[in-house]
Amino acid sequence: MSDCILCGAQAQQVSDVKSGADVIELDAVAYSYGGGELLSDMSLTITPGAFYFLTGPSGAGKTTFLKMCYVALKPTSGALKLFGQDVRTMERNDIALVRRRIGVVHQDCQFIDHLSVADNIALPLSVSGQNNWDDTINLKELLAWVGLSHRANAMPPELSGGERQRAALARAIIMSPDIVLADEPTGNVDWEMSERLLRLLLELNRMGKTVVIASHDLSLIRSAKSQVQARVLRIANKRLQLAGANL
Amino acid sequence: MSALFSALAALFVGDLQRDRVVPASGYTSTLTSLTAAAMAFLVVFALALSSASYRLAQNWSEALEQSATLRISAPVEQLDAQVARAIEILETTPGVASARALSSEEQSDLLTPWLGVDVPFDKLPLPRLIEIVQTPDGFDPQGLRLRLTGELPSAVLDDHVRWRRPLVQAANWLSVLGVVAIGLIGMTSGAMIILATRAALAANAQVITVLRLIGATDAYIEAAFVRRFAFRTFIGAVLGTIIGAGVVALFPGEEEQAAILTGLRLSGVEWMWLVLIPPTLSSIAFSATRYAANRVLKGLT
Repeated sequence: MSDCILCGAQAQQVSDVKSGADVIELDAVAYSYGGGELLSDMSLTITPGAFYFLTGPSGAGKTTFLKMCYVALKPTSGALKLFGQDVRTMERNDIALVRRRIGVVHQDCQFIDHLSVADNIALPLSVSGQNNWDDTINLKELLAWVGLSHRANAMPPELSGGERQRAALARAIIMSPDIVLADEPTGNVDWEMSERLLRLLLELNRMGKTVVIASHDLSLIRSAKSQVQARVLRIANKRLQLAGANL
Repeated sequence: MSALFSALAALFVGDLQRDRVVPASGYTSTLTSLTAAAMAFLVVFALALSSASYRLAQNWSEALEQSATLRISAPVEQLDAQVARAIEILETTPGVASARALSSEEQSDLLTPWLGVDVPFDKLPLPRLIEIVQTPDGFDPQGLRLRLTGELPSAVLDDHVRWRRPLVQAANWLSVLGVVAIGLIGMTSGAMIILATRAALAANAQVITVLRLIGATDAYIEAAFVRRFAFRTFIGAVLGTIIGAGVVALFPGEEEQAAILTGLRLSGVEWMWLVLIPPTLSSIAFSATRYAANRVLKGLT
């Protein structure tokens, strides 16, 4: 079923991303805050279709790293490119447009509380002027895919932690983005729900989406590594390191 | 410029989904409409005041510019002869169109408002008044005074300049004051809308964060707020203008008496000015909301 949901999206992705173009490129990126350096000298190239885990102790800067990837923060030095475009040259409108190609799932995902779950999930379409939903994606199928068909008319505050995460995931991918960034998506849910979310993210990756998950849940990472060729990045001592196979 | 155009387009072309994005805030909306209504009401009065005093200034200038008065004080037995001589002099003065002695009834009518009805005017040694109507070119008051001094030393020429000038000036100032008041009302409305927009943006910080995260442009977010405030202001302003116009129309007054209190009304074409109040106030709301939203959004990522 998943194939039919995002099959149109896949075709769009091929046309959008120039073949071989890297989706995220970091060159000696650093981020300083309040005089102190939080992240420094980070260089990395994320290619289309890759699956990354980002791990490290709390406060190491995982969230800061992801925020730079969706331009909520700009590097204080070094060069960061998204789809080949340097974020330093991006205006506010450019940032809005690039975010339509990046799906973000937060640990404590926020919704517009007075709109139903279905409306919230479809919101990115309305925001980008695609009010004709049927042409882009079948909302019903997407809701079924994340297992929220029965909650379509519920209001976000009525959802459980796991349901919120899945709703956020559905909202993140409705525009069929090239990248899905997830910040501790399993932080608030039980193991079974974690596995379920992971399966959805793995499925997205198989459809060609680049997936980056920040998590300190080692068992989740192990579980993923058994199913996909996931690379694990670790932030330690302000720097980005490629973790070995000893996880 | 293109941003302004798209914002204007967004204002008129509604987007149901976008309009729903900002939660309906009954309290703020009602207050916005009420304030706009009060402002529109005040503008109607400022307009009425301004136009009434302008008209008054015009009337006074025109009526008084054309006329002058000659006052003759003399012993009763010489009075008629002096009045007749004065009229002769006046009729041969260049710039005087006509000269006419007021009858004793007319003099009584002029004095009654000041002294009351029971005063026996015919028994009082009143001076006689001669009304002079000037030609458009007017006469030379200094020359006339010199001529009169020789023949009729008791005659006092009053060309009304002395008291006309400050009155006309005061009426003109009142008119300017009305316009200034309209400007201040406009500014206050703008400030009020900016505060209301800032409050609405602060109250909807989460909505804005979510919208930015999923790729909404500033224009999209702005439009959701701008439309709401401009619309609310328009509704309020229409209401305030109608009530204000009704009150001004019902204002008791007589056309005959050119007094500021009785003339506080709009006439003819001036009523058309009122049509401009709601669109003007909502344009102010539109610009103010855009300004406030722009400033707040620039501070977010």
